[in-house]
Amino acid sequence: MNDNQARMSAYWKKNLKTLVLLLLVWFLVSFGCGILFVDFLNNFKVGGYPLGFWFAQQGSIYAFILLIFIYVIRMNNLDREFGVNED
Amino acid sequence: MDILTWTYILVGLSFTVYIGIAIWTRAGSTKEFYVAGGGVSPLANGMATAADWMSAASFISMAGLISFAGYDGSVYLMGWTGGYVLLALLLAPYLRKFGKFTVPDFVGDRYYSNKARVVAVICALFISFTYVAGQMRGVGIVFSRYLEVPIEYGVLIGMAIVFFYAVLGGMKGITYTQVAQFCVLIFAYMVPAIFISMQLTGNPIPQLGLGGELADGTPLLEKLDGVLTELGFAAYTAGRKGMGDMFMITLALMVGTAGLPHVIVRFFTVPKVKDARLSAGYALVFIAILYTTAPAVAAFGIFNTIQSTSEKNISELPVWVQNWQKTNLIQIEDKNGDGKVQYLASPETNELSIDKDIMVLASPEIAELPNWVVGLVAAGAMAAALSTAAGLLLVISTSVSRDLVKNFNPGISEKKELLIARIAAAGAVVLAGYFGVNPPGFVAEVVAFAFGLAAASFFPVIILGIFSTKINKEGAITGMIAGLVFTIGYILYFKFLHPELNSSVHWWWGISPEGIGSIGMLINFAGCFLVSLFTPAPPQQVQDLIQEIRIPKGAGKAQEH
Repeated sequence: MNDNQARMSAYWKKNLKTLVLLLLVWFLVSFGCGILFVDFLNNFKVGGYPLGFWFAQQGSIYAFILLIFIYVIRMNNLDREFGVNED
Repeated sequence: MDILTWTYILVGLSFTVYIGIAIWTRAGSTKEFYVAGGGVSPLANGMATAADWMSAASFISMAGLISFAGYDGSVYLMGWTGGYVLLALLLAPYLRKFGKFTVPDFVGDRYYSNKARVVAVICALFISFTYVAGQMRGVGIVFSRYLEVPIEYGVLIGMAIVFFYAVLGGMKGITYTQVAQFCVLIFAYMVPAIFISMQLTGNPIPQLGLGGELADGTPLLEKLDGVLTELGFAAYTAGRKGMGDMFMITLALMVGTAGLPHVIVRFFTVPKVKDARLSAGYALVFIAILYTTAPAVAAFGIFNTIQSTSEKNISELPVWVQNWQKTNLIQIEDKNGDGKVQYLASPETNELSIDKDIMVLASPEIAELPNWVVGLVAAGAMAAALSTAAGLLLVISTSVSRDLVKNFNPGISEKKELLIARIAAAGAVVLAGYFGVNPPGFVAEVVAFAFGLAAASFFPVIILGIFSTKINKEGAITGMIAGLVFTIGYILYFKFLHPELNSSVHWWWGISPEGIGSIGMLINFAGCFLVSLFTPAPPQQVQDLIQEIRIPKGAGKAQEH
């Protein structure tokens, strides 16, 4: 494996690690808080919202937006670090 | 001015804008027709994606669905937004780097097989046609309700408008019209929502109003739970579906969203890989404005409806109830002859039936807003239906002109290819219009089809095509066909052949036909892996292609193919 190939495979590994972490959060806020643990979380209140219900109808969507923007920033940095950015 | 005049003015005005944009941005080359020349800014593409994505169903029906489903309605909210995370992280940047024009393009090239390409084209056409028929019907319904013309005329006018800007403008015309349509639809959705939120909870932000308190100090949701249980319904914030089914439906909708060809193709229109990532973020922000407001509109709507009808004298109901009774969207039958309305869970004693679409359509009247707001909501609903229809028609025309005609006759000139694309778009408009006028009885059912099929067909092979170098053409074809056959079979069996068995007792593992795409997807994944194990690995040039799409650098060059 030459130098460039090694660098690209390191880039890809870091990319995959980012994906796994972000998708874990994606799963937790929606399938976790919104569905699997909803009954438990409904014991708590935020304002007039039962917490589990809030995650299912509001919170998960806000979290999705955050996740994409974190991904954008992280990947832009990674692209620059490995010199594979487009500009 | 009365409601009808305002509606004509606002709908007419919005149509003039769309046509103006179409003339101004018409496409001159196949690249402009297919992907708007690849030069759309991420922000504009985000708005266009949002308009493309939010259909007549999102605008008119979703809030009402949630009104009656309560917590269970969360499957739509999470399912139709969470898919964008998958799109942004797993699909959009790599497909942009791949740099061609369609999803079948990718499937055909990555799996070095025209058979795989043809299977992909058939999936794309089937998904898009089922979807577009519903949109045309939506246009017709909006026309007939607000402009008091027959549904058929409404569909014809809608066809004429879409024909004009999709056929003339291609992706370029569609993109900039969709930007305008997004602005119209989001404004139209928010105005009544903000006023109703203020009236009920004193908070102008609907997302906070839903968690807010009523004038007497009780939280709205707590009060709503109480009112509904008293009438014999399940509490609003409690689940009625099984947890496993909730999980599977949400997953199928998310994965289906990420696999829909008219959404994926939008990410081919931005200049760079990093723009594709950013653009998915913008798209979700614009979609979330509506999707976080919808649950508020839903709860406000059902609360207001119960407060203004339950145990009230039939002769003293508010004007908006009387108005919508004329359209049969609200029906009252005084079964016990006491002169009052009883809204109850038990079908024998319930006297009030409400169509789900009321929650959005009647919202300006419930909030006692001026007549022009009603016209605005009509223009918004129209914008939602037209923008989605146009995006789908483009997928259909591209599939025909590029994936079928051009692929099998590589020698044809660009001019001829463009002409074929336009003829295909025109043909698709006519066919969609036909289904809009004569809707197959199962339009509502086929939506489950479209998402299930996208989840069971495209999503796994695209993901594996990017993230695995081992999956070969035999695996992909087997996977797609196995996933499709299983999903189609399951939906056909429970929706069409034996609708009487369509209940959780008979479903496999308690999964409804709406959620079965998730299992179809797993079957597709399994097929891909198993068959690839025992067949030859993909050739070297495909291995190189995979390595290339994983790295952002050089997307500008790839685009010039």
